[in-house]
Order: sequence, then C-alpha cells, then structure tokens
Amino acid sequence: MQQVKHKMPEQAAEERRRNFNEVALGYEAETARAEAARCLQCKTAPCRQGCPVEIDIPQFIKHIKDGDYDAAIDEIKAKNNLPAVCGRVCPQEDQCEKFCIMGKKGEPVGIGRLERFAADYAMAKGREDKAEIPAEVLGKVAVIGAGPAGLTTAGDLARMGYKVTVFEALHAPGGVLMYGIPEFRLPKTIVQQEIAALRKLGVDIQVNAVIGKSYTIDELLNEEGFDAVFIGTGAGLPHFMDIPGENLNGVYSANEFLTRVNLMKAYKFPQTGTPVRVGRSVAVVGAGNVAMDSARTALRLGAEKVYIVYRRSEEEMPARHEELEHAKEEGVEFRLLTAPVQVLGDDKGWVKGIECIRMELGEPDESGRRKPVPVEGSNFVLDVETVVMAIGQGPNPLVQNTTPGLSVNKRGNIVADEAGATSKEGVFAGGDIVTGAATVILAMGAGKKAAAKIHEYVQNKKTAR
Amino acid sequence: MYDIVKKEVLSPGVLLFDVAAPLIAKKCQPGQFVILRIDEDGERIPLTIADFDREAGTITLIFQEVGHTTRQLGALNKGDAILDLVGPLGKETHIDNFGTVICIGGGIGVAPVYPIARAYKQAGNKVISIIGARNADLLILEKEMAAVSDELIITTDDGSKGRKGLVIHPLQEMIDAGMKIDLVMAIGPVIMMRSVADVTRPHNIHTIVSLNPIMVDGTGMCGGCRVSVGNKNKFACVDGPEFDAHQVDFNGLMARQRMYHDHEKTERCGGGSCKCNK
Ligand SMILES: Cc1cc2nc3c(=O)[nH]c(=O)nc-3n(C[C@H](O)[C@H](O)[C@H](O)COP(=O)(O)OP(=O)(O)OC[C@H]3O[C@@H](n4cnc5c(N)ncnc54)[C@H](O)[C@@H]3O)c2cc1C
Ligand SMILES: Cc1cc2nc3c(=O)[nH]c(=O)nc-3n(C[C@H](O)[C@H](O)[C@H](O)COP(=O)(O)OP(=O)(O)OC[C@H]3O[C@@H](n4cnc5c(N)ncnc54)[C@H](O)[C@@H]3O)c2cc1C
Ligand code: SF4
Ligand code: FES
Repeated sequence: MQQVKHKMPEQAAEERRRNFNEVALGYEAETARAEAARCLQCKTAPCRQGCPVEIDIPQFIKHIKDGDYDAAIDEIKAKNNLPAVCGRVCPQEDQCEKFCIMGKKGEPVGIGRLERFAADYAMAKGREDKAEIPAEVLGKVAVIGAGPAGLTTAGDLARMGYKVTVFEALHAPGGVLMYGIPEFRLPKTIVQQEIAALRKLGVDIQVNAVIGKSYTIDELLNEEGFDAVFIGTGAGLPHFMDIPGENLNGVYSANEFLTRVNLMKAYKFPQTGTPVRVGRSVAVVGAGNVAMDSARTALRLGAEKVYIVYRRSEEEMPARHEELEHAKEEGVEFRLLTAPVQVLGDDKGWVKGIECIRMELGEPDESGRRKPVPVEGSNFVLDVETVVMAIGQGPNPLVQNTTPGLSVNKRGNIVADEAGATSKEGVFAGGDIVTGAATVILAMGAGKKAAAKIHEYVQNKKTAR
Repeated sequence: MYDIVKKEVLSPGVLLFDVAAPLIAKKCQPGQFVILRIDEDGERIPLTIADFDREAGTITLIFQEVGHTTRQLGALNKGDAILDLVGPLGKETHIDNFGTVICIGGGIGVAPVYPIARAYKQAGNKVISIIGARNADLLILEKEMAAVSDELIITTDDGSKGRKGLVIHPLQEMIDAGMKIDLVMAIGPVIMMRSVADVTRPHNIHTIVSLNPIMVDGTGMCGGCRVSVGNKNKFACVDGPEFDAHQVDFNGLMARQRMYHDHEKTERCGGGSCKCNK
C-alpha cells in the first residue's frame, strides 16, 4: 500500500503567480479511485470524529473506490451542503485527516481531495441534488448573513420543511467565500453553483439587505412573521494596528484589499469598475491565511516584491502549512521576527515605506507561544508602495447594536450555547460571530446544530400554543 | 432590480433620479445614504438619499457626473433599472429643536442638506439656509430649500446669482453681527466643510458635517472609509457619515479621496488618447 497521498496536480508556481486561475487542479477519476483504495474502511472510522458536520467518510470513499461517484456525492451531501467549497478550503490536516489511521505510519488518506473530486464530478455533470422537501411547511425562519454558517442553517431547515429567507448585506451571497478567499483558491463560480443548489431547495436569498438597517431582529420576529432568527454575520470588522501613517493612501485592510479583488473583480479593471492599487512592492502585515491570501493576490496583481511582515517566527505562524508553502513557492518573501512601527508617506500622502523593528522571542505568553520582544535600535525601512494589514478581524457590531436583549461578550461576539441559543428568545447564532474568526467548517457545524435547535424550538412553541 | 421612475436634469452634469425601492423608502431618515451598483461589472458607489416618498415607495438620488460610474449612471433613463441598491446606510441625522440652525449646502451638497433642513424645520427650529455654487447654472434645489427655510441666502463664486462669494461669507457676517446660532450643518466639497469648521471653531458653535470618503461595502467591513475624528479612526459608513466638524481631519480625508484619481485616469484612458473626458 502506498504510504503517501496521491499528489494533487497543480499549476506550476512560475505560471500561477501571475494569474488568478485555480492553483490546485483536482484529481482525475483514476487518481481518485487509487487514493480511495488507500482507505482501510476502519470499523471505528476515527476520521469521522474530526469532521464537524459528521460526514460518513469511509462510506463516501468506498463509493469512489467502486466508481459510483453519484452515490459518493449523495453520501456527502446528506451532511454537507457545500462540499466543493470544503474540499478546497478546509484544513483537513487539523480535522478528519488528523485522525486517519493511515496517518500513523505515512500520510493520511486525502479525504479533502476526494471530497472535492466527488463534488466537482457532480457539478461538471450538472447533477441535481436528490432531496425530498416535505410538503407541509413547518414554519418560517430568517437567516442573517449568507456565509457558510447561515447557508448551512438555511439548507438544513429547508430540507426539514421550513420556509427560509436569508438576508445578506452584500450584493452576492457567500460571505468570506465570495469576498475574502481568492479566486485562485476557490473559484467564485463554484461558490455560486453550490448556492444555486440551495436555492433549488427553496431557500430564498435576499441580497442588499442589511439587518439592523433594512429590518431589525425584533421586526423580523414581531412584524414579518418569522418564528425564529439565526444570526451568522461573521467576523468582518477589520483591525488596524494604531500606528502612525495607517491612513496614508496605499494602506489597506486585508478585507478591503481582498474585497476589491474578489467580490468586485478589480483584477479585471478597467473592464470592471472597481480599481485597486498595488504598486511595485507590497508589505502584508500578519501571517494567517488572510495574510497569505493577500500576499499571493498582490503577486498576481503584478507586484514585483511582496513581503510578509510577522513579529513571531515561522513556527508560530497561524496559516495552513499548505498555504505557506504555496506562498513561498510563488516568491513571497518572509520578514519574520519583524514588527511594523510606522508607515512612512511621501509629500502627497502616499505610502513610500514601512519602518520595522526586529524582534526576538522571550518568555511564553498566555497562549503558550513565546512572546516577541523588540530589539532596541534595530529599526529599518522596507521600501513599499502598498501595505496590507492582515492582523485579524472582530465581529461586525450592526446587529448587536440594534437588538436589545442580545448578550455579547467583551470582544463584541454574540454569546450563544453549544446548540446556538442566545440570550434572546427565538434568536440563535453561530459561526464567526460567536467564536471569532475560525474556519468554514466550524461555521457550518455551528449552523447545523443551530438548525436542529431551531426546529426543536419552533415545534415546541407550536405545540405549546 | 430597481427601476428608475423619473429622471430630471437639474443643472449641467447634475441629475435627479427617482428610484423604486419600497423597503428603503419605508425606513430611511435624513442623513442616510444608499450604495448602488449599476450592473454586474459595476463599482459600488454611495449616494445620499436626497428625498423619499414612503407612499409611492421611491427614493430620490441627486448626483453629479464626476467620473466613470456617475457618468454611466447619468446615461440611464426612466424605465431603465439599477442592478443593486442597498440601504438605508449610515446613522440618521440627530433631529431636535435646537433653536436656530444654519444649514449650508455647497454644490451637489445641497441635495443631502435638503431633507435635513426640512426635518429641522418640522422639529420647530428656525432654519436659515445658505446654498452656494460656482455659478447660477449649477445651483440646485433653490425652490425646495426656500420652502423649508425661514431665510434662504444664495451665493455664487462669480456673482451670477445671489451674493458673489463663498457660503462662509454670510455665515461669518451672522456670527460677527452677534446672532445666536445653536447649530451649523454643512455639506459640500471637503474644502468648503473645512472652511465652515474654521469659521465656527473660534466661536464654539456646534458644527456638523457629512463626510464622503471612498466606500466599498458600506457596512463596516472594509475600513476603506476610515477618517480620523478627534485623532481616532472612525468608519464613516457606520459611525457616520455625520461628524463633529471641529474634530475631523479634513486634510487626511482630502488626500484619501484622491487614492484612485491617477489610476482611474491612466488605466482607463491609456494616457489620454481616448475621448472619455477624464
Ligand atoms: C481571506 C480569508 C481566508 C480564509 N481562508 C480560510 C480557509 O482556507 N479555510 C477555512 O476553513 N477558513 C478560512 N477562512 C475563515 C472562514 O472564511 C470563516 O471562518 C467563515 O467564512 C465564517 O463563516 P460565517 O458564516 O460565520 O461568516 P462569514 O463568512 O463572514 O459570512 C457572514 C455574512 O454575513 C453578512 N452580514 C454581516 N452583517 C450583516 C447584516 N447586518 N445583515 C445582513 N448580512 C450581514 C456578511 O456580508 C457576510 O456575507 C478565511 C477567512 C478569510 C477572511
Ligand atoms: C456617504 C456618501 C454620500 C454621497 N452622496 C452623494 C450624492 O448625494 N451625490 C453625489 O453626486 N455624490 C455623492 N457622493 C460622492 C459619490 O459617491 C462619488 O462622486 C462617486 O462615487 C464617484 O464615482 P465615479 O466613478 O463617477 O468617479 P471616480 O472617477 O471614480 O471618482 C471621482 C471622485 O469621486 C470619489 N469617489 C470615487 N469612488 C468613490 C466611492 N466608491 N465612494 C465614495 N467616493 C468615491 C473620489 O473622491 C474620486 O476622486 C457621496 C459619497 C459618500 C461617501
Ligand atoms: S481513518 Fe482513514 S483509513 Fe480509516 S476509514 Fe477514515 S479515512 Fe479511511
Ligand atoms: S465602506 Fe467599508 S467599512 Fe465603510
């Protein structure tokens, strides 16, 4: 038995660093079946405990091995509404694949790659989901935010027989999948196809609807006739560093930079209406997935030099290993143990550099990571024309500010229990708005649990009446 | 899709649209704005809600053709539709009976001032309005402003209508004459708002301005609209657009507004050989 995963075909680094086409190309059927054959079909299926939406992993892999791809996708879709997305962006190394028996001696089964294969097969074939929607309408639920959390709740409730309306502030549903994660990792047509499948289940998606402005939660419950509300508004509030020069032209939050390029397709400007400026050299501050995405996007927009500026060392970098490797292959330069002190501007108010200070690692802090401390007098300047701040996001406060009775913690996240119930009756929440910035699949898992809880709540309320 | 139900040319390059948007018309308040996207490839641009008709379910947008998107918008006609329209966004104006309020509108800024002046008037204030433009042809909403003001003063740079000079001149005179002014609301080009702030600051007259930085989402998600107010960064789309004029870093705002100026020019025109007037 082969001890390593079958390799994922990829665009060569030299070529892909200048285009927005997808980097990973996906398995051919033959490779997929060979990879599926690596699965031991464990009775205990330890992989399943790593999956927040509880896909029957060995079962779908078996179907792929047998060449029954339709059965494979049905098995996945029974639990996961967005497999083409998850197969691409889930950190499987921390989830299902982390627990895979095959990983003990060699590499785990490429579960994510197989999931993607099955999903892409179904999409290419234009296959309709099989889903029997009950004829009886069980109730009416409003979902706020069309990110992975909201879409999952909506899909699950629709399958149970609820009339679901999703309210999305932007002009396109998808949340971070549309505005944040770049085209070269997650093509937007794929996201929209997955969402189209949800619409086929009867989910009504209202875009351009900002809850807190268009409607308040109380209005949805008391005037618009919704039995329950799910809040999945995500962690969309960009943080800045509060250093001098941050308002100069050429300083972007990662959210703005990525939104311009992904949602607004600024890489096609002027064919599209939204501009973006990169200049010749770019510094991206931070070292998470958001930072890697920003850096790789800057390269593709034509920047000659792109730096990642990070105050800790490689070991502490929060980005997925795979993304880090991709960024390195593409030529992103890493300035580690380096912290920005100020952004320098020219006389017209444009960025001309970023002053940094070198750091060294000191004692471990609360997170257990060694705390970086500045090395006195080690300041130096990186000549850049653009700075992208990718140092994290907080919760968008619009809904919380307009919803009396909804508890939030001191960081502004909505307080909800495991099942998604908040302090306010009939109001449920999940995803990044509750946990802070996390992952697609955790948001989906929260959405699933909330859907079950909402079902219970609405039916209890109906029988009590 | 949002239908354009009325189109009117107010002055050269300044257009008025009534757009069918029942939900926005039902909810909006003076001081709020919308963000629109004309078509699939379009940019998202913010425009103030200059008026609304809750019954008819329409909102009024008044805009100046200054660049690509506003020109493309101006080329649309009654019966055409806009793909995306989201709102009402931003905080509404704080309306109360303050006493005497001076409402100042410069150029296209008269459009957003109008519903605010009307609301101040309805709340019982004495409203004195000063509206200005470069010349008589460019002056908008004169009749409408007169109808909601106890007194209306007009200024033009060239003297072709009303008083020759800037909107701050009559304001300065009122202050010098010792008039009791409880609030000044000023909307217009940043330079105008900055000079109004400079005029009222020494007299501690509470002054509010409505800022127009470049925006993308309008929901607090991108931070592109950040302005420094009292040395703290604020997101104009959710924390504003109205702020205390004496706290605003107008120079920073002006610099940021020019972020894409050259880029739009060179990228669109390839250096100026086309005929797009940019
Ligand atoms: C650049 C980037 C790259 C990432 N890469 C990965 C990755 O590779 N793998 C991974 O697993 N995770 C990744 N993540 C994290 C992941 O995308 C998020 O954890 C996930 O999207 C959270 O889902 P959500 O549904 O909670 O919120 P979001 O996806 O943020 O969706 C929230 C939605 O709610 C809408 N909304 C907000 N306020 C309102 C309102 N008042 N009214 C109506 N709608 C509203 C927003 O417009 C948005 O569409 C990445 C994140 C970013 C930013
Ligand atoms: C809250 C708010 C309310 C506004 N209300 C009105 C109004 O009622 N009537 C009106 O005529 N104008 C209004 N504006 C300004 C209007 O949004 C810009 O004139 C318009 O976006 C210009 O786009 P363009 O493509 O035609 O011009 P461009 O060629 O792109 O730019 C011309 C200038 O417009 C500004 N601008 C460009 N893009 C944006 C953007 N996305 N957001 C904001 N400003 C931008 C810049 O200062 C730029 O230098 C408002 C702006 C804001 C922020
Ligand atoms: S743990 Fe690995 S080998 Fe075992 S069933 Fe799951 S995927 Fe297959
Ligand atoms: S426009 Fe994006 S935060 Fe204000």
